[in-house]
Amino acid sequence: MDEFRDAELGRALAAEILATVEPGRHYKVMEVCGGHTHAIYKYGIDDLLPENVELVHGPGCPVCVIPMGRVDDGIAVALRPEVIFTCFGDMMRVPGGNGSLLDAKAAGADVRMVYSPLDALRLARENPEREVVFFAVGFETTAPSTALTLMRAKAEGVRNFFVYCNHVTIVPPLRALLESPDLRLDGFIGPGHVCTVVGARPFEFLPADYGKPVVISGFEPLDVLQSVHMVLRQLAEGRCEVENQYRRVVPDDGNPAALRVLADVFELRPHFEWRGLGFISHSALKLSSAYADFDAELRYAVPGVRVADPKACQCGEVLKGVIKPWECKVFGTACTPERPIGTCMVSSEGACAAYYNFGRLARERVAV
Amino acid sequence: MTTEARALELIDRVRSRPAAFKDAQVTMAHGAGGKASRTLVEGLLAPALGVATLDDAAYLRRLDGAGQGAQVPALPAPERETVDDLALTTDSFVVRPIRFPGGSIGKLAVNGTVNDLAVSGARPLALTLSLVLEEGLAADDLRAEVEAIAAAAAAADVQVVAGDTKVVERGRCDSMYVTTTGLGRVDPRASLDARSVRPGDRVVVSGSVGEHGTAVMLARGEFELDAPVESDTRALWPAVDALLDAVGPSLRVMRDATRGGIATVLNELARPADVGVVVHEARIPVRPPVVGACEILGIDPMYVANEGVFVAIVAPDVADRAVAALREVEGCEEAAEVGEVRDEPQAMVLLQTAFGGRRVLDLLVGDPLPRIC
Repeated sequence: MDEFRDAELGRALAAEILATVEPGRHYKVMEVCGGHTHAIYKYGIDDLLPENVELVHGPGCPVCVIPMGRVDDGIAVALRPEVIFTCFGDMMRVPGGNGSLLDAKAAGADVRMVYSPLDALRLARENPEREVVFFAVGFETTAPSTALTLMRAKAEGVRNFFVYCNHVTIVPPLRALLESPDLRLDGFIGPGHVCTVVGARPFEFLPADYGKPVVISGFEPLDVLQSVHMVLRQLAEGRCEVENQYRRVVPDDGNPAALRVLADVFELRPHFEWRGLGFISHSALKLSSAYADFDAELRYAVPGVRVADPKACQCGEVLKGVIKPWECKVFGTACTPERPIGTCMVSSEGACAAYYNFGRLARERVAV
Repeated sequence: MTTEARALELIDRVRSRPAAFKDAQVTMAHGAGGKASRTLVEGLLAPALGVATLDDAAYLRRLDGAGQGAQVPALPAPERETVDDLALTTDSFVVRPIRFPGGSIGKLAVNGTVNDLAVSGARPLALTLSLVLEEGLAADDLRAEVEAIAAAAAAADVQVVAGDTKVVERGRCDSMYVTTTGLGRVDPRASLDARSVRPGDRVVVSGSVGEHGTAVMLARGEFELDAPVESDTRALWPAVDALLDAVGPSLRVMRDATRGGIATVLNELARPADVGVVVHEARIPVRPPVVGACEILGIDPMYVANEGVFVAIVAPDVADRAVAALREVEGCEEAAEVGEVRDEPQAMVLLQTAFGGRRVLDLLVGDPLPRIC
């Protein structure tokens, strides 16, 4: 791993980036995936970029895009006495219209943190008298593990395991972003983990339909820096294409076995609400009819509440890259990681939380 | 002698024997203050801790004192007119599970409290011990923890001088909770003050970080992950003693890096002096299994609890001497200078990443690993 974190190579790449950019031109590059946002802050990658290269944090944090209504529905299920409600740690603090899952836990709901859907299935086996519900979130990256867990549950005949499915897909929200008139981006850093499943080809619409270069990137600091360099080089050379920096992991066609599993277990929802972005067609997954017995939304009477995003919250603009986190009216004052208003402030991959936790310092960036 | 008289005499003889703790598990009776309570104190706690009995309060007598009670050598001698400065601290321990690689709740309850004294510059002298036990706790588990407390107290050279035991119904507490209160004598070599930290001072870490929290987390068995990591729980007075010997008044302040890890402690140190602290990721000792486990679990070792590591801020000219002195002490072989104090940014901690960037090390929100100590 250390070979991808070498500081000397990082400095050399930073020098190449500096030589690639045109002085006087401002570059905005969006990293789509929350994993990249986290890496950028964790390693301080911003510090190595020239001041006229701006990284814009995209909509790829799965926790951040869950709307309040879906959280409230989850809490309604969690409060049922027969239910053990399981979710990833980040999800527990996401505010719904009336508190978070952590608040529900304090009020008596049996909410437990798990690291994988398989942990939830194990809980179901160990507690046959209870009903175990897994709050599934995530893009194409995590959907296969939910799918494989469901296949195993079905094969084993487990009857007390249910999935509250909030899996989403990455291409529709990117299209929605690019249709937005106030957006100005020069290129994209593509989501490496998603691409291990779907491949690089689904991103060909970025150059083809919108004239934006995209580089599929790994998650080590040198990966991200090299990908930024590749985007800037495309711009300098007047090219516009899909490049794959993460070739060591991402095949162009993705993982056909995983795609088959997804097609078996899930089907597309006609539409799904995204935090800050509104309803987007065909942007999320639900369980297919073959797995209807495991669908928490069919098992329980889920209220299906819709809660408008808080007025003061500008998560939508942050997710679109229209404003930087600190430009939000409530950033760091009414909205903090202790008391988040918007989801971008909750997950460590959220643009606002990452900036608040790691990035609040005067940048010593290279002047151009 | 009549049969009745013989029987009464026998009963008297048995009653006058020291009570033996023979129960298989803790019951509500052990907390009721009656005979079962007495067998617990006189049959288990007092003999294990090497005291005649464990009362609600204790007189602390000088070594040359003639009175009853525990003898504590470092309390003020009678010919001296001034009374030494004393330090007092208390801490509760609720770790789950109660046993983990490298330690257990009993060992932790002693070391945690004596370390709070040590990093305040006070030599630990005596402890009180308060147990909250869950009805149904196996006697073997209780015995093992009492022995762990006794062994840790002996290793730290402190005596448990008073105590209390309560029992709550099954399900109302998780096995056992332990509270210890520690009394210490402030060492005359120490002049510690968080506000005395100034730009230019150096930051020293006494050992490799992240081991206790990682070990406890892995011991819970919630993750299908195994790594050779043991808790670092140990008494820190020997290390503090060596440091005071080596640098004396040039030692500005210390904190043990327990909950929240060294990142949290550095923030606590930066705030009162209103200075910036810059630490270099590459210089912070973290053992490879800790790095690996934390990477997989998505946790930052800078925020993981330690039970045998402290952070010290020293004057710049004594930093090398401080590190050398610490490295002579068992458990502190990996001590290192990891950063420095600056004017800016005020009350903040910056991490110079090994990759060459920088980021803020802020206080965490919530607790990624609850019930770690």
